[in-house]
Amino acid sequence: MICFEEVTIAAGSGTLLDALSLSIGAGAPTVLIGPNGAGKTSLLRAAMGLLEPTRGRIAWDGEPRRAIVFQRPVMLRRSAAANIRFAQVGADRTTELLALVGLAHAADRPARRLSAGEQQRLALARALARDPAVLFLDEPTASLDPASTKAIEDVIRRVSGRIKVVLSTHDLGEARRLAGDVVLLHRGKVVEAAAASCFFDSPRTDEARKFIAGELLV
Amino acid sequence: MPDNASALDLVLMGDPALFAIVRLALIVSLSAVLAAAVVGVPLGAAIALSSFRGRDAVIVLLNAMMGLPPVVIGLLVYLALSRAGPLGSWGILFTPQAMVIAQTILVTPIIAALARQTIEDLWVEYRDELTAMEVGPARRIATLVWDARFSLITALLAGFGRAAAEVGAVIIVGGNIDGFTRTMTTAIALETSKGNLPLAIGLGMVLITIVIAVNALAWMVRRTAERQAG
Repeated sequence: MICFEEVTIAAGSGTLLDALSLSIGAGAPTVLIGPNGAGKTSLLRAAMGLLEPTRGRIAWDGEPRRAIVFQRPVMLRRSAAANIRFAQVGADRTTELLALVGLAHAADRPARRLSAGEQQRLALARALARDPAVLFLDEPTASLDPASTKAIEDVIRRVSGRIKVVLSTHDLGEARRLAGDVVLLHRGKVVEAAAASCFFDSPRTDEARKFIAGELLV
Repeated sequence: MPDNASALDLVLMGDPALFAIVRLALIVSLSAVLAAAVVGVPLGAAIALSSFRGRDAVIVLLNAMMGLPPVVIGLLVYLALSRAGPLGSWGILFTPQAMVIAQTILVTPIIAALARQTIEDLWVEYRDELTAMEVGPARRIATLVWDARFSLITALLAGFGRAAAEVGAVIIVGGNIDGFTRTMTTAIALETSKGNLPLAIGLGMVLITIVIAVNALAWMVRRTAERQAG
């Protein structure tokens, strides 16, 4: 579906992604984990075309139909419903998406007045309005309360049958709950990529074992 | 207009000559701000979102044009609209239309420069989101202008302030003709030079009141709208 071939992204004197190779196929969610600065966000931004590889290439199987929810999504200065309609969908689809993310009651409320959890769900609905084949989520539940986290995860489970979800998270619990595949990144490289059950039950690398044990990767 | 009336009397009694001057001044200034907004806001947005060689120089020039000397603009518009000028066939020298043109030229850089800064700041916030949503250039501009609408009111107010207070250009291209092209500022200048201080002071009071009222109204509209839109 998406293939990163030796992708390097340099920024200033540093390297965000370092000859990273990774194939992401269809199916259950792929969860990117790794310490701060590992390259999770850079990988998602590169997949969205927001960062250009310095070397290597990102190949898509067909025309990329993609959408992203940023860690801190920007709400347009209009109502919640209008934020979804901005993705050029009709009233019925807007209502359906608001209901999907549990915001039917907030359709006419200014999007910027919603709580952080509600804004994240609205951003998710707005991304889904673009009818993507692949949905990238950059730490979608970071700093959300448990109820908001559960609401987001419920939506991810509901859509992941027909949409490929690729999400980054620091939360290993969330990774266990959602992942079909897990990719551990460190210093812009893939350290280990495996099915979630294999990754958590029998990690192959020292880095993966340390990360799962909550130890610092150096 | 009685020569011996006090400034306050003229205002409170609704002196017809005074209010004709006020009315014309408002029509000219508001028309100029409207025309300048139509040109200046999209221009500012386009500069904010584009990158081209010499962009910094364009921004410096635009900012510098906020301080265009009104008498120079008045003179240039006069030359353009005079019978021998390139636009002489329009036959609008010494008319309110000529005054609107001169003020539009003065106000457009102010609105464009302030709009550019406002929209560029918002673009920093929106860039990733709109790029990820594959929003095209024209829709980007429309989205940013709409979402910056409350901040852009300040740009329009700055433009209105410039137009309402301006005297040099309108006196050259309007001619300060009584009952036809006499505005508050030109009338104040004339009446002061004639020694008719009550009328000059009355007009000054009205002018200051209007500027305060317009700003207060814009502030209330902005605050109410911001509350509703978030």
